[in-house]
Amino acid sequence: MRPRLAAGLALSLMAATARAEGGLRPYAVVGDAIPASLTGAPGDPARGRAIVADRTRGLCLLCHAGPFPEERFQGDLAPNLAGVGARRSPGALRLRLVDGRVLNPDTIMPSYYSLEGLARVGRAWRDRPILDAAEIEDVVAFLGTLRDAGTDAKP
Amino acid sequence: MPHPAPAVFAALLLAASAAGAGEIAPADRRSGFDQMGAETRAIQRDDTANPGMLAVADGAELWARPPAAGAPACADCHGADGTGLRGVAARYPAWDARSDRPIDLQDRIRQCRRDRQGAVPPAYESPDLLALTAFVALQSRGEPIRPPADPRLDRGRAEGRALFAGRMGQLGLSCAICHDDNWGRRLGAAAIPQGHPTGYPLYRLEWQGLGSLQRRLRNCMTGMRAEPFAYGSPEFVALELYLAARAAPLPVETPAVRP
Ligand code: HEC
Ligand code: HEC
Repeated sequence: MRPRLAAGLALSLMAATARAEGGLRPYAVVGDAIPASLTGAPGDPARGRAIVADRTRGLCLLCHAGPFPEERFQGDLAPNLAGVGARRSPGALRLRLVDGRVLNPDTIMPSYYSLEGLARVGRAWRDRPILDAAEIEDVVAFLGTLRDAGTDAKP
Repeated sequence: MPHPAPAVFAALLLAASAAGAGEIAPADRRSGFDQMGAETRAIQRDDTANPGMLAVADGAELWARPPAAGAPACADCHGADGTGLRGVAARYPAWDARSDRPIDLQDRIRQCRRDRQGAVPPAYESPDLLALTAFVALQSRGEPIRPPADPRLDRGRAEGRALFAGRMGQLGLSCAICHDDNWGRRLGAAAIPQGHPTGYPLYRLEWQGLGSLQRRLRNCMTGMRAEPFAYGSPEFVALELYLAARAAPLPVETPAVRP
């Protein structure tokens, strides 16, 4: 009995490893997701849309295309974001934004809320994540609204 | 610190070989020229429309003129019309025995200015250095890039390769991710080229002016939100060594035009 209990406890601790780095809010990865909001509150989808479309803030459209009829020149290095809110839970979207390397160590998608494993970061961007916790939540909230791979994708 | 410690370097190489789809075979190498729109290609092809030719003309003048009273002009050592330097740009960076390190073409020109012509070497990205470099490189236009088989360059080349493959900056990208693995795709509005150094110095429409290869590399590094290497740094020369090996045998295009 005893050993099994201990092993069970260790497993559940591992599954929900709290990760925290310098100045960033701690979060728990459970399976392929970060179930809880980084700020403890839901984000704002309208602000999230603005961040995603902004090529100097979210940078998302450099690589992804998505349902943004007003945005010319969307990238094609990554899957289309149309319908992604139906494909993935909010927690799964959150983990992909925060640090997709947890799921795919070779991913080319930047880790938007991590300072780990970076080299030669430019002076202007040092010691802070690409997006802050509230911005991550805004983007998660917006991505959650992209429910339809068909009509979302139409320009 | 021009050379990373061997252990660090070995780790870099290991990391490099683990990632990505890998290098582009010589037969598949394509200049960025091929991905440009018809209009931009036409500007590059027509010497009377190519704004880079204005710099070449300035370079021809600087070539013939002594930099100071009593000092020799470039033409006094290398010949009046510059054709004596045919092929030179196609084999740089090369080993420099005087300074015991590899140097690129613009550093060779700066070195001549300083050591053989008794002049102040022109600053990086100055109109004079760009003009002289463009004039010298034009003499190799059409020549295939052929890096020298000089074993003293191997180390710099390997360092350049590791820099090319290593992730950097806040976005954690690498040169190889874009230029080996995703060339031909669109990064927002830009078509990603294979990233060959065939046309430098070149006229970039976005710059509205001539710029060096190092300026281009600094642009890419800023795009990755990385701290760019300094002009003339050993890191840039190492990258240039690798880029030349990676581009051979594409022909020199200087002065090219790019979007
Ligand atoms: C440099 C390229 C790049 C940038 C910039 C980028 N991504 Fe990605 N993204 C990818 C790639 C490639 C994938 C595919 C999965 C992988 O590689 O792990 C991906 C996957 C995703 C996924 C999962 C898609 C699915 O169908 O499961 C989401 C959601 C996502 N990205 C959202 C975003 C958002 C939002 C932004 C901006 C805040 C962004 N990405 C910025 C390259 C990028
Ligand atoms: C996120 C993608 C990306 C990364 C990372 C990147 N580049 Fe580029 N690079 C580009 C794009 C896009 C262009 C073309 C720009 C344009 O035409 O507006 C380019 C252009 C170039 C060119 C000019 C090619 C020509 O035809 O004149 C060279 C050389 C180059 N890159 C080398 C590098 C090196 C070396 C690194 C790493 C230090 C690097 N790049 C990192 C996207 C990238």
